[in-house]
Amino acid sequence: MSAAATDVKTDRKYTKDHEWALTRSGEILVGISAFAVDQLGDITLVNVDVKAGDKVEAKKAFGTVESVKTLSDLYCPVSGTVVRVNPDLEQKPELLNEDPWEKGWMIAIAPSALDAELQALLDAPAYEALLKSADH
Amino acid sequence: MNSALRRTPLYSEHARLGARLVPFAGWEMPIQYAGITEEHQAVRTRAGLFDVSHMGEILVSGSAALATVNRIITGDLERIVDGQALYTCACNEGGTILDDLIVYRRSRDELLVVCNASNRDKIAAHFSTFDSPDARIRDVSDDYALLALQGPKAFDIFEGAGGSAEIRSGLKSFHFTAASVGGVPCTAARTGYTGEDGVELFIAPERAAEVFRALLAAGQAHGIAPVGLGARDTLRLEARLSLYGNDIDETTNPLEAGLGWIVKLDKADFVGKQALVRVRDHGLSRRLVGFEMAGRGIARHGYPLCDASGAVVGVCTSGGPSPTLGTSIGLGYVPLALSEIGSELKVDCRGKHVPARVVRTPFYRRPR
Repeated sequence: MSAAATDVKTDRKYTKDHEWALTRSGEILVGISAFAVDQLGDITLVNVDVKAGDKVEAKKAFGTVESVKTLSDLYCPVSGTVVRVNPDLEQKPELLNEDPWEKGWMIAIAPSALDAELQALLDAPAYEALLKSADH
Repeated sequence: MNSALRRTPLYSEHARLGARLVPFAGWEMPIQYAGITEEHQAVRTRAGLFDVSHMGEILVSGSAALATVNRIITGDLERIVDGQALYTCACNEGGTILDDLIVYRRSRDELLVVCNASNRDKIAAHFSTFDSPDARIRDVSDDYALLALQGPKAFDIFEGAGGSAEIRSGLKSFHFTAASVGGVPCTAARTGYTGEDGVELFIAPERAAEVFRALLAAGQAHGIAPVGLGARDTLRLEARLSLYGNDIDETTNPLEAGLGWIVKLDKADFVGKQALVRVRDHGLSRRLVGFEMAGRGIARHGYPLCDASGAVVGVCTSGGPSPTLGTSIGLGYVPLALSEIGSELKVDCRGKHVPARVVRTPFYRRPR
């Protein structure tokens, strides 16, 4: 496993399924961690099944990401309304391999129950601990 | 990690190379080193080195060895000569597939049968029911490490590591011979599971690491890559080589799987012959075909295949992106009416119906 794969950004929160949620200008940006990308391998397809205006719910799937070897569901870290979908990922799924933390963001959500839901997510140290315990 | 998992003699080499190891058929095997796509391209354009020591080997020896194996398999060992290998399968009485095999005919009195790791115990048990004083059956899997060296630079590397140049010039496809690499004796077979030219090397387990390192060292200048099971799967899929457990199993017969060429119904009785004669006489109801996705989506093992109206008519048995073609491909069983080249299918990708088209296979054929 590459050193970067266990990198964790301290500016955001995480689900146990390796999605991240970053608060920026009142919106929640959602993506998946470098660890998740590393586990998946070469990413070939990002399917976001929601569009701007759609309601999403925390812990519900909003799409899938497919690599050469497997498919993995994407889960919403928070509930709300989708504001934007990353327009670049459909044509360039490799952005996830290149930069999962910024260019690889998937959807932006206007949150509806942020305070309660953010509580339920892992902060960076807790997520890092999860990665270490899962390390095999 | 499950402590019951077995390790090949090359385990520490994989660990040293930074492989990602996963459980596979009871073994702890490298699924990838640098990455599946990169390893795939290395094999197609340069060369790749695979540890396939998890494969099972069964030795059949004695004066009735050839006749006994011929009784178990669908192919005919009378049609090959000593020093030649046969791709074949073993069926049950129902004519469905217990495993696909390569049988190495050392002589009429001694044959080595290579089976899938996942089927080793089943096949060893099946073969042992044919054991007799004139055909001793022995599971010798632990006596061999098996390496596969594949790709357009395979023989440059083989020779760079001290392998004889006569293998490249004189050893025909699906033939084998005694050889040595880096001073280590081995059996070299011109076989593989990638669609590329190359050799598979049977080596004593305690010498396998030496050969592995010698080939990697000799291959450095040629851009060799160690290759894991991930790229092994994408390579074999492009070459339309069947994977047991995916494309063929005990619910499929070799005729519908497109393996009619390894079934010799005109030879003497063998296990499953009567059932396969009936299949031939009644005609097939379905056929394993290759398809290419025409829309955005990746077919995976188990996804339903639908006709143009959306009705489920079959199932995808293997699928994934094709690194060589840059498209997404798959194999699956469809009714005869939809098996023609150009037939339109829909793949049910978890609720999304993605169009696909039946295409000629293999998807990839190596330039000669």
